[in-house]
Amino acid sequence: MGQIGEDIKEFILREFLPGENPHALTDSTPLITEGILDSLATLKLVSFLEERFGIEIRAHETDVEHLNDIASIVNLVRSKE
Amino acid sequence: MSNVTRLHYLLDNSARSLPEHVAVVEPKRATINYSDLAILSDCVRDRLVHLGVHPGDRVGIYLRKSIDAVAAIFGALKAGAAYVPVDPFAPPARNAYVLKDCSVRTVVIERCFAERLQIEINQLGGTIQNPLLLDDVGGGRFLREALTREQEKNPAPVTQTTLSSPDDLAYILYTSGSTGKPKGVMLSHNNAMSFVNWCSEAFEPNQHDRFSSHAPFHFDLSILDIYVSIKHGATLVLIGEELGKEPLHLASLISQEQISIWYSTPSILSLLAQYGKLEQYRYPCLRIIHFAGEVFPLKHLRALKALLPGRRYFNLYGPTETNVCTYFELPAVIPDEQSKPFPIGKSCSHVETKVVNEDGQLVPEGEKGELCVTGAGVTQGYWNSPERTARSFLEDASGRRWYRTGDIVAVDNDGNYVIVGRRDRMVKKRGYRIELGEIETALYRHPAVKEVAAIALADEENGVRIKAFLSCREDTHPSIIELKSFCSQNLPRYMVPDFFAIREALPKTSTDKIDYQTLKEIA
Repeated sequence: MGQIGEDIKEFILREFLPGENPHALTDSTPLITEGILDSLATLKLVSFLEERFGIEIRAHETDVEHLNDIASIVNLVRSKE
Repeated sequence: MSNVTRLHYLLDNSARSLPEHVAVVEPKRATINYSDLAILSDCVRDRLVHLGVHPGDRVGIYLRKSIDAVAAIFGALKAGAAYVPVDPFAPPARNAYVLKDCSVRTVVIERCFAERLQIEINQLGGTIQNPLLLDDVGGGRFLREALTREQEKNPAPVTQTTLSSPDDLAYILYTSGSTGKPKGVMLSHNNAMSFVNWCSEAFEPNQHDRFSSHAPFHFDLSILDIYVSIKHGATLVLIGEELGKEPLHLASLISQEQISIWYSTPSILSLLAQYGKLEQYRYPCLRIIHFAGEVFPLKHLRALKALLPGRRYFNLYGPTETNVCTYFELPAVIPDEQSKPFPIGKSCSHVETKVVNEDGQLVPEGEKGELCVTGAGVTQGYWNSPERTARSFLEDASGRRWYRTGDIVAVDNDGNYVIVGRRDRMVKKRGYRIELGEIETALYRHPAVKEVAAIALADEENGVRIKAFLSCREDTHPSIIELKSFCSQNLPRYMVPDFFAIREALPKTSTDKIDYQTLKEIA
């Protein structure tokens, strides 16, 4: 998963899944479509990504296609570097 | 204009006086003028009548927000039916329950939803007859195509718009039910028109106004958006559900579409203030900001007012059962000492309100009690639920029926109502009405769950969030991710608990019921 993936996973577990077994959250767990991240959580995630990785995320990149699992989010972050 | 007593006459009247004026906009996609919208709705009327819709029937509307949806709604009204809008993004099983509960005669539905709906309704022992199937929605084009297709197969004669009575039902809106099943609030033409006419008096809209349509059509905020706009020959700008949650896009839209009257929950406005980068654009047309549905945390309200100064801000209050029944206009400048949320204000002129104790008696001046409402804006009751209806009303000595809102209020020094609590376990989250019992019922359906208790947590920063405590039957329990996923298949998204805590057993009171008080303290 790499450091980027680890950081993202740690943020999601801390903010949105307190008390969850870390192994339950994988690179491919569908976050938005399975109700783990709702619309407000998605906004908070985007804010976190922008601050943590010093990138700018465009409005059209805040959708299911780009953010539905950790693998996709890592790709998005990497694409900005 | 105030003599109009049926919602669909509002459209026909505006079509006569302002035929070329733009009635509805799908931003960056399509527009439709009043004349074309009226004609399209007449065609829907004719098709529905031909499909067997009689005055008094219910017609389901299972469409994403679009010009097609607006025309379908007016077509149903013109056929003398009540429209029953369902949330296209809710679990199909829930929508099936709603449509079966009120025995819709037929549904206007997008093909992509139809198959699943039929399966779910069949499982409930029902069926959908003769649905009007649209391949998609957008611009009214797909509705027109569907109507043309049907017309070629089976021509429907031109009919007349039904002459209905003002007390006839215009729509049924389903809200969260504490026992797990949603309940249908019946609303008549008179209920809606009395509210719409009050809006005309209070806000003085005109044909140059451009109304946002942020709320989905199954929420009663849409009644102001659609019918006040159309009554005045103004323009309604549709904001789809997905876009509606994207603050960056919303800020741009409000500016580009020259919205003059905005109406939404405080949550969306908070998001706009925090994440919308409002300073990027100008909003010279924006003159009124309405908000309703929940408390507006002062922190975000101040931020919004700083970014959008000089506009009129209104706090509108009222459950679905009454639509808006009290209102409060914010002062131009929020005083620095203001530390509590603003009041819900005073009664609208088309209804009357009073405050009662548990026995239904008026409380002494200055004391708190339950807010009750009577008058033209108030529902006749819940569809096919006489006991629930009876429980929700009080009859006074003169035989007038008062709806019990369940909100406990006090009166401030200026005579404004202030909400101090609830009588029951209903909460508002992001403006959505949630019965905590409905969430618990859904979780009890999970085979591993033994006991559940859902509580609401509130803070200024995050608003209301739901935490579900549960105990399981076995030692191995489902992951939080599994539980969230399970909930999202059985409940609308906004009802999925934010947090889960799994315990060996839940605390009990001395009478062996779940101890909610303790849970609230440890949460």
